[in-house]
Amino acid sequence: MRYRSIWRKTVSVLMLGVTGLCALVTVSVLVLILAYLAVKGWHDLSWSFLTQLPKPVGEAGGGMANAIVGSGKLLLVAVVTGVPVGLMAGIYLAEFGGRTFSFMIRYTTDLLNGVPSIVMGIFIYTIVVLPMGHFSALAGGLALGVMLIPIVVRSTEEFLRAVPGTLLEGALALGASRWRGVATVVIPAAFRGIATGVLLSLARVAGETAPLLFTSFSNRYWSPGWSQPIASLPVMIYTYAISPYRSWRQQAWAAGFVLLALVLLVNIGARVILSRRHSVQRG
Amino acid sequence: MATFAGTVTQAARPQGPGRARVFLKRLRSGDEVAHLITLIFALFIFLITCLLVYELYIHSTIPRQRFGWHFLVSRAWDPVFEHFGALPFIYGTLVTSAIALLIAVPLGVGGAIFLAEFAPTQISDGLTFVVELLAAVPSVIYGLLGIFIVVPLLRDPVDPFLQKHLGFLPLFQGPIYGVGFLAAGLVLAIMIVPFILSISREVLLAVPSEQREAALAVGATRWESTWQVVVPYARAGILGSIFLALARALGETMAVTMVIGNTPQISASLFAPGYSIAAVIANEFTEATGPAYLQSLIALGLVLFILTIILNGLARLLILATTRKGTAH
Amino acid sequence: MGAVTNLSSMRSEANRGEQITGRLLRSFEPKFRVSHLNFYYGAVQALHDISLAIPQNQITALIGPSGCGKSTFLRTLNRMSETIRHTRVEGEILLGDEDIFSMDLVTLRRRVGMVFQKPNPFPKTIFDNVAYGLRVNGGYRGAALADAVEASLRRAALWDEVKDQLGKSALALSGGQQQRLCIARALAVNPEVLLLDEPCSALDPIATAKIEDLMFTLKEYCTILIVTHSMQQAARVSTHTGFFLLGKLIEFNETDILFKKPLRKETEDYITGRFG
Repeated sequence: MRYRSIWRKTVSVLMLGVTGLCALVTVSVLVLILAYLAVKGWHDLSWSFLTQLPKPVGEAGGGMANAIVGSGKLLLVAVVTGVPVGLMAGIYLAEFGGRTFSFMIRYTTDLLNGVPSIVMGIFIYTIVVLPMGHFSALAGGLALGVMLIPIVVRSTEEFLRAVPGTLLEGALALGASRWRGVATVVIPAAFRGIATGVLLSLARVAGETAPLLFTSFSNRYWSPGWSQPIASLPVMIYTYAISPYRSWRQQAWAAGFVLLALVLLVNIGARVILSRRHSVQRG
Repeated sequence: MATFAGTVTQAARPQGPGRARVFLKRLRSGDEVAHLITLIFALFIFLITCLLVYELYIHSTIPRQRFGWHFLVSRAWDPVFEHFGALPFIYGTLVTSAIALLIAVPLGVGGAIFLAEFAPTQISDGLTFVVELLAAVPSVIYGLLGIFIVVPLLRDPVDPFLQKHLGFLPLFQGPIYGVGFLAAGLVLAIMIVPFILSISREVLLAVPSEQREAALAVGATRWESTWQVVVPYARAGILGSIFLALARALGETMAVTMVIGNTPQISASLFAPGYSIAAVIANEFTEATGPAYLQSLIALGLVLFILTIILNGLARLLILATTRKGTAH
Repeated sequence: MGAVTNLSSMRSEANRGEQITGRLLRSFEPKFRVSHLNFYYGAVQALHDISLAIPQNQITALIGPSGCGKSTFLRTLNRMSETIRHTRVEGEILLGDEDIFSMDLVTLRRRVGMVFQKPNPFPKTIFDNVAYGLRVNGGYRGAALADAVEASLRRAALWDEVKDQLGKSALALSGGQQQRLCIARALAVNPEVLLLDEPCSALDPIATAKIEDLMFTLKEYCTILIVTHSMQQAARVSTHTGFFLLGKLIEFNETDILFKKPLRKETEDYITGRFG
């Protein structure tokens, strides 16, 4: 009997080690390969990279300035189209929701969230690119905007619900109508959470490549206006990484570094802000 | 919650034309307007989703009419003679996802068990923070790392080693290129492990401590209480996290397309290059000549869409079941 | 603690004196007249045939064990009960001469203010908290707004403590200060009635005493109705008291009489601590 007990205890300690190893392997593999990216990318990063346009193959130098600006423009379209829809829908679900509509909307929001990004690209292709006849920044931005919506809806609803009900009651008791109370008390109270939710959603779609492949396509030059194909950081990384030219592949690392740094910074920043969300309350 | 919830049963409540007047009055007060405006935006989401399904359906009529269900099991992919079949891509998608799950599930669930049950809170929180951050890394970055780290690694030390020692299995036979099903599966595994780990950890933490304590109180070891009581209790949620990760893996485009070899073929060997649904769409969409070609790609997109919907739906149900009540034993 | 008991004994003296003179000089002028009020949460009836009159410019207390309906009753008076789904009200409630159910809801809530059990200041500055009702109800701006805010804070006996920190977050105040801020916020719109729903239950004895003193001065401006768990508090501050039990109003009378010579057995049982 004693041997059995020793065996069980041994197994317990052993499994602690095994699962610990799993956790360690997971984290370290990921951290190591990202550190590799950081080192390699940093090495190939230069000021000219950030400010110049791509040069033809063979010529040294060149950069991805148009891709960086392009990503910015795409995100702008995405914010303008996706964030208002997401915010309003989140407010509806949290503050007004009727029973049948709420279920319908939550279900389709979840559905939209699960759509593979390449399929989203097909969708925007059929409703924007085909009628327009060509690729455009507008199409790419819309694709990203639609992808933003479910994320913004979920975080807006969550943070609005987290505001204690007695705050709205206080406003109502002073004679404010419901919408006024929500707009002037509840939404400001949830503002920090909602804003970070929007930022996180931006970080998420900023790295998306697939939906851009046949909506905004790509461009080796500046893209004025909104109805021309436009370069973007993720697409450039992809194109250069699979190319046979060494100088291009080096630029892919540098671009990867820039993209990763931006995405991680926004994520870390958002988490830090969210964890310090609660104001000090004495008494 | 509408403000018109409470009613008075005496003369004060307006009937007939009076009700319209009351509605208009409330309209002026702004509450109904706000309700309406937010509802319209929210319904817009419903509209977009319906439109998406509709467009996918309409733009895949040619292959559906010409090939019917045969489309799903045909191996052809001949743009010249316009014979298209989905089988190689479905095969590639499923195989790479299976490899990814085989690697990611033990690592993810094991790691989650460690972080939820054994690790001290600070380590657990710290490591979880890092893991969740890694879930935010864009897939093209994983693709980059796949091409320049994973593929060379496979091409030289790993694949030959596997072939040498396990070459009697058809899985490890055939020429080695570095790119192929195994490479794609490996990169996918790296990408989905953070999801499995963080969701499983949350689900495990949600198990009421009374369960653990009950097991420990009858003399079970830490491991026994975890493996025989806590994990089964959270079984549905863990399964749900796996389904979610699978759904993610199925739809994953960039990382896969950069390392899978882009060859529409079905092969038993893991070293062989292949193709996935998302990869072929990404690569050939802009080069598709003729409507049949394009619409076949869109039809593939529809197949992928349906697969992910089913998986996601199942996953949500499972995760909901655990975090609310816990599974039946 | 010594100062507090002195204060409360002085107050009960003044109260009693006022009661006697009140009876002689002032006729009972009702601010609220409630007739045959029935209230339902869905199918469950929470209030049964309540009828009473609440005297103007007095402090009236409502006591009773947990869940007896006194808070529910309070919330029907400013129609806050309507924020919950599936509620139904039958009966008549008159504010002065006006039926509150045909009144404009916003006007009603401006005339009848409410302070809640747990202090619920908005996460805004102290100034913006008090100014909220004034801004929402329109008309106040600039210097007039600042004056009104100061006046409210003075009436709530909070001005001296916060006059230099009006721009600070309201959440930085102590619990007792927050509750007085909520009172100031309610007072800013010049209500005729102030409904207090167990305002001191989350506060320590010193903060409680401050608020009870406050109520005493406030009744000059408005009618006060306070729901309280504490019979001692009811005895200290109120001129009239109503005893609720299981959704019914068992007894309503001058505080002195209710506590010393209750007419109903249930009242007597409650007061002597036999239940609740």
